[in-house]
Amino acid sequence: MSDGRKVLLLHGGLLAGLFALHFVLPAYHHGNLARIMVLASYAVGYNVLFGYTGLLSLGHALFFAAGMYGMALPLHHLGLPAGWALLTGLGAGAGLAALLALLALRTTGVAFLIVTLMFAQAGHLTILYFGEVTRGDEGFVIDAAQRVLWGIDLSAPDARYLAALALFAASLLACLALVRAPFGKTLIAVRENEERVRMLGYDTHLHKWGAMVISGALSAAAGAAYGLLFGYAGATFGSVQYSILPLLWVLLGGAGTVIGPFIGTLFMFYLIDLSSDLTTAYMLVAGVALIALTLFAPQGLAGEVRRRLWRWLP
Amino acid sequence: MTLLETRGLSKHFAGLQAVAGVDLAVTEGEVRALIGPNGAGKTTLVGMICGRIAPSGGSVRFDGRDITALPAHRRIRRGMAYTFQITSVFARLPVAENVALAARRHRRGADVDLAVHAALDRVGLGAHIDREAGDLSYGHQRLLELAMALAQEPRLLILDEPTQGLSEAEIAAFKALVRELAGTTTILLIEHNMSVVMETADRVTVLDLGTVLAEGTPREIHGNAAVQAAYLGTGADA
Ligand SMILES: Nc1ncnc2c1ncn2[C@@H]1O[C@H](COP(=O)(O)OP(=O)(O)OP(=O)(O)O)[C@@H](O)[C@H]1O
Ligand SMILES: [Mg+2]
Repeated sequence: MSDGRKVLLLHGGLLAGLFALHFVLPAYHHGNLARIMVLASYAVGYNVLFGYTGLLSLGHALFFAAGMYGMALPLHHLGLPAGWALLTGLGAGAGLAALLALLALRTTGVAFLIVTLMFAQAGHLTILYFGEVTRGDEGFVIDAAQRVLWGIDLSAPDARYLAALALFAASLLACLALVRAPFGKTLIAVRENEERVRMLGYDTHLHKWGAMVISGALSAAAGAAYGLLFGYAGATFGSVQYSILPLLWVLLGGAGTVIGPFIGTLFMFYLIDLSSDLTTAYMLVAGVALIALTLFAPQGLAGEVRRRLWRWLP
Repeated sequence: MTLLETRGLSKHFAGLQAVAGVDLAVTEGEVRALIGPNGAGKTTLVGMICGRIAPSGGSVRFDGRDITALPAHRRIRRGMAYTFQITSVFARLPVAENVALAARRHRRGADVDLAVHAALDRVGLGAHIDREAGDLSYGHQRLLELAMALAQEPRLLILDEPTQGLSEAEIAAFKALVRELAGTTTILLIEHNMSVVMETADRVTVLDLGTVLAEGTPREIHGNAAVQAAYLGTGADA
């Protein structure tokens, strides 16, 4: 079997499996998995910049929240239909990423991390500052009546699960297509040795800018979908916690692998879920598990699989 | 026709004059060797030509146009290729992908594979196509750099000590390759190995302390007393 077929089989199999689970999972896990798929889409977006381009951002909550509020504010205050609201959310995140990239990409390494963190903090404070429209930390609930897309009521668990799956499938396939395309391969090369890519005649700055826009757009799509599917928008989603989470998910699952973000998100979600059943110190359990993983699988779960078994894993 | 021309090209690093007012003219199709003792400014000079290093003064013309203000990638796109003195390949990517990155700048699809195979066969690395570049021996990584340059099909090929770390057989193959390219590709070759210089170069430029000490045919340079003193005396037949 050719590597290309294996890749299709694995990722297609994952999506088919998630679809099959829709019919068999008990309600509790069904709801969890819908949430995990949306968050994993966010992680897929983060991974484009961090895992494939090698740029460590601590400001992606800005894009996630831009998607969420870019969707929720016009929907809530202006009565914009859900479909259009998703697009305004996506546009807000992609636009912000395009602008921020112009500034942040003047820096590299730790400076890049700090600049992205600072902009995200500014975004978070902006949400809080305009509390009258954003309702700040408390947030606001989106009426079930407004959560209707093409006549489908997204507040119903079944529709919500399938919509989350559709979003995740789109993100996963977009990422797969990207890393198999010349543009994506050049991003990987930038991660490995930027100076060499430049001396092969590529505009590396433009490539990194493009990566940031794609990453921001995917993150914003996830943020917009999250608000619409779960009926809530709040400032927490713009806080630094939501910049750190995708980094952890991607590190756990395997940076620079297409499937890793999903595995990491799933793993961490259930790690916290299960350990909080056992003890109130669930963050300690989670922390120990994370340390064990970084010791024994420093490239993340999927990264380790690629190193040991499946060298073809994209 | 002059393909490459520098005028008064200079570079100083915090007080150290690495290159001082170099005028250089390379004719299309020529193989030009650039020699000189360690620290003479050779790498700095070609770095300013291909855009890696910003000059402190002077200008560079390529193919009849002033490119002094162009960033490196735009110069490369105009038909330059550069191989690093300190090997710089994509160590964690397969050999094939290293070369494909170079080829993809002006090719797509199956054309890329053809160019990759052709370039690797040309430098004798065809058998290593699927290996990770970082697993290659030092000498083979130098050859990979060369394959990456060939895959770009440049008009001007700038090679910074390409034979460093190669075996005798590989050096002989390298000489043959340069002779094969000569006439169609213009080559600027920084080289410490005098047999390579003598057998491949049309003309030789000697750099010392950042300035051009002498220029001429390999034979003229070999007999030049000043060059002997500055350079050849310290290991002419290395
Ligand atoms: N980035 C830099 N900062 C400071 N000094 C530098 C820098 N690059 C080169 N130099 C100095 O400039 C001078 C010329 O260096 P260069 O590398 O161009 O010499 P070279 O002729 O290529 O030598 P070699 O044969 O050893 O490669 C040397 O004295 C070197 O130490
Ligand atoms: Mg040098």
